[in-house]
Amino acid sequence: MPVIKEIDYGTPLRVAETLITLEIDGKSVTVPAGTSVMRAAVDAGVQVPKLCATDNMEAFGSCRLCLVEVEGRRGTPASCTTLAEPGMKVRTQSPKLAKLRRGVMELYISDHPLDCLTCAANGDCELQDMAGVVGLREVRYGYDGANHLQAEKDESNPYFTFDPAKCIVCSRCVRACEEVQGTFALTIEGRGFESKVAAGNQNFLDSECVSCGACVQACPTATLVEKSVIAKGQAEHSVVTTCAYCGVGCAFKAEMQGDEVVRMVPYKDGKANHGHSCVKGRFAWGYATHKDRITKPMIREKITDPWREVSWEEAIGRAASEFKRIQAKYGQDSVGGITSSRCTNEESYLVQKLIRAAFGNNNTDTCARVCHSPTGYGLKTTFGTSAGTQDFDSVEQADVIMVIGANPTDAHPVFASQMKRRLREGAQLIVVDPRQIDLVKMPHVEAQYHLPLRPGTNVAVINAISHVIVTEGLVDETFVKERCDLQAFENWRKFIAEERNSPETLAPITGVPAADIRAAARLYATGGNGAIYYGLGVTEHSQGSTMVMGMANLAMATGNLGRTGVGVNPLRGQNNVQGSCDMGSFPHEFTGYRHVSDEPTRQLFEKDWGVALRGDPGLRIPNMLDAAVDGTFKGLYVQGEDIAQSDPNTKHVTAGLAAMECVVIQDLFLNETAMYAHVFLPGSSFLEKDGTFTNAERRISPVRKAMAPMGGMADWEITVALSNALGYPMHYNHASEIMDEIARLTPTFAGVSFARLDELGSIQWPCNEKAPEGTPVMHIGGFARGKGKFMITEFVPTDERTTGRFPLVLTTGRILSQYNVGAQTRRTDNNIWHHEDVLEIHPFDAENRGIEQGDLVAIASRAGETTLRAEVTERIQPGVVYTTFHHPVTGANVVTTEFTDWATGCPEYKVTAVEVRLAKRMSEWQEHYLETRRQTTKIEHGTGATK
Amino acid sequence: MNTENMIHMANQIAQFFASYPHEEAVAGVADHIQKFWEKRMRQQLREYIGQGGSGLNELALEAAKRLG
Repeated sequence: MPVIKEIDYGTPLRVAETLITLEIDGKSVTVPAGTSVMRAAVDAGVQVPKLCATDNMEAFGSCRLCLVEVEGRRGTPASCTTLAEPGMKVRTQSPKLAKLRRGVMELYISDHPLDCLTCAANGDCELQDMAGVVGLREVRYGYDGANHLQAEKDESNPYFTFDPAKCIVCSRCVRACEEVQGTFALTIEGRGFESKVAAGNQNFLDSECVSCGACVQACPTATLVEKSVIAKGQAEHSVVTTCAYCGVGCAFKAEMQGDEVVRMVPYKDGKANHGHSCVKGRFAWGYATHKDRITKPMIREKITDPWREVSWEEAIGRAASEFKRIQAKYGQDSVGGITSSRCTNEESYLVQKLIRAAFGNNNTDTCARVCHSPTGYGLKTTFGTSAGTQDFDSVEQADVIMVIGANPTDAHPVFASQMKRRLREGAQLIVVDPRQIDLVKMPHVEAQYHLPLRPGTNVAVINAISHVIVTEGLVDETFVKERCDLQAFENWRKFIAEERNSPETLAPITGVPAADIRAAARLYATGGNGAIYYGLGVTEHSQGSTMVMGMANLAMATGNLGRTGVGVNPLRGQNNVQGSCDMGSFPHEFTGYRHVSDEPTRQLFEKDWGVALRGDPGLRIPNMLDAAVDGTFKGLYVQGEDIAQSDPNTKHVTAGLAAMECVVIQDLFLNETAMYAHVFLPGSSFLEKDGTFTNAERRISPVRKAMAPMGGMADWEITVALSNALGYPMHYNHASEIMDEIARLTPTFAGVSFARLDELGSIQWPCNEKAPEGTPVMHIGGFARGKGKFMITEFVPTDERTTGRFPLVLTTGRILSQYNVGAQTRRTDNNIWHHEDVLEIHPFDAENRGIEQGDLVAIASRAGETTLRAEVTERIQPGVVYTTFHHPVTGANVVTTEFTDWATGCPEYKVTAVEVRLAKRMSEWQEHYLETRRQTTKIEHGTGATK
Repeated sequence: MNTENMIHMANQIAQFFASYPHEEAVAGVADHIQKFWEKRMRQQLREYIGQGGSGLNELALEAAKRLG
């Protein structure tokens, strides 16, 4: 497909019941009221010349190129700022307009370098295009006067340059930063001839810029341009695909030269991102061809042996024979497998099928175990299905937004921009978080209430909020009566109204003033559409599932479900958390969240797969490791996941891995878990295969192959090969056939196919006969389970308590520039922003320990000890410290413990009792890690490998 | 699995269901363990109960006795 250029309508789409008919260049066109003449012209098939207008931001009217004539009116108004009116007759071409436009272009070009042939934007420059459109043939003013041609270029950002000599000061970049991204990092400095774009008083890198790329995309010249385009030139074709980073699931155009990516550009028709992006998806794709990629299969006898490159046949054969040997020796249940939320739906589906059908057990799990498994349990119990209730666009109708345990500006930046836009429009914000996340106070956004609770007291806070709703008569009785199980509601109402759940009683536990809880509760219940957005700060607790149910209770009690603008919305960490859960990756359920013990469902799969299946649940990831330490679990197939870095209590994880006799890793890189592996199967990046990802709003989006797999096989093909070698043949010629099977066996996916995805762009499940184009908002008119079920959510303090020895609470999180275990982003220039994990500590706690900014500190818990640099900040409350886990040598999870959510086994990452002290050297674990890494990652190249 | 960890997990489940009427709570705990614990874990729990079940709270103990 040639390079895709979306139509630019010049000004944003308007939605209105009133339609207006006007005439443009003799063509009649009908548009919604509020539409600009410029946009109406595009609808009529007429392109009005323009420079400062683009359709993802409001009209600005500065370039004077889009002038038109309107019959019966004087002058030549700008078509971007002139609204269509009934009966209006517009002319976009006339000798007068041509002269005016040429004059405008003359002025622009008189202060613009004439280096088009060597310019990076040659062939992709709107200024160049407009010079051609208006027929510019001369510049009467010459080039000798005052100009900006010697202005200094800013190359500080690793991904793009800013060349003010080429700037026409159209303000598109400034407006993109404000309107699209909502960061307000750019401004126009100076007046008149002195006007220039500025990133504050500093260069781009040191400024507030978050490198989302919106300004680069908006720039109509080469002023802001990607360094990759400067290096490589323009792309010759594009492939529309889905980002491999967070759970927003942005659609991108991979712009290619042959099989090489030139740049990733957010796709305007992408329904999750509407043409916006963040620094990760837009720029941090270089990992896909990083020199660390392992592209040849490898095996070894012992983990201390060097890796030996072998053929695919030998590697697959070794893995299969080892799994068979282990099962013969230790029993059918002695092996299992894990997939990642970085895998496609088709890959996750195949791995769990291999485990259930070829291994003959249910020891399958996915990394959603350690992030959003409580969401699955909690929402299924209360609403009847394990998914968020809304689409992202729903936030545009929200009046009160409650963000709980999530940090969208860092972890879900593109959705955060959409949320911030709604907040700037006047929606009110409640933030429930121990830290002062950016949303609490940032340019043009300020939370009405920040409830800085103590880590581990989520359930107490949500109960206190619900207590206010119930005891102050704020329940939506009509909604509850019509939509909910009344007996369960009455039991809950009685429980929640008890004085022990009041904000006043719970304040000493939560640390949140009762008055703030009461005010926030009243706002949520009475402020219009109330929408809850939450993240891992909710789920990664011993009461993670209870908290999810607590939020569901609150939403039901206030009637904030079943329509646009409301809902309970999990913000999923990785791109395919929702999908990996949907695909039956958990040990207790098939696709579509049906328990393995359900006879009709099991029979359905048995008939389709042609094999008897087990009806008892298998091992979850932490329990696989427990069983490995116990000696009853000996073999593991891991696709795309790095449990040695991401999972809690690293010492326990690595002890489990080390106790196994065959660990098979399928990945892009020799990751931390691969240190304990015996077979390495080179995986393929998202650019190298076909499939689908399902984002946080249940949106199934296509992943499309842009280049050949570097290792020779797509991941799903590797699983097929392994299954075949295990004696359970799989027959697929293309990933689309896997989706056809999923659709055949899963009622909520019945209408999904690759062909349908090509047709619609993306689909939100459920998609079936009842909803052939998918379901943006769930539970309209009734819950998936019938009646919504209130659950009693008793607050139970975690057993992870601070003590004299461990007096501080460690909580963990994410940062904008890095992603999960960092395997991808650490292999990009994103490291410039975050080259190491740091420990945030409050000045009070730091001073008590003699710790200053940048000091090396040791952090110790009952599980282990590591060291990292201190970041002294008031962003974190006294008594609490915070870090990330993006760098393996930091070993943040050496410190986290084995405690988990009661229902799902999701680790309690967010609460660990620790002590922090000054350190002079790395911890013993870190030294051991570096030595182990050195010993276990040697590769003997070219020893018998064939392609 | 580490015995202490097993006890902790079973007690946590019981703590959630403890808010419900006794019979519902016992059934809830037993059902949860039956649906989500792998057979080795359930077997370990049964064996531990056979040894007295020290450390398990009453609800967890009662529910565990119902496991198939």
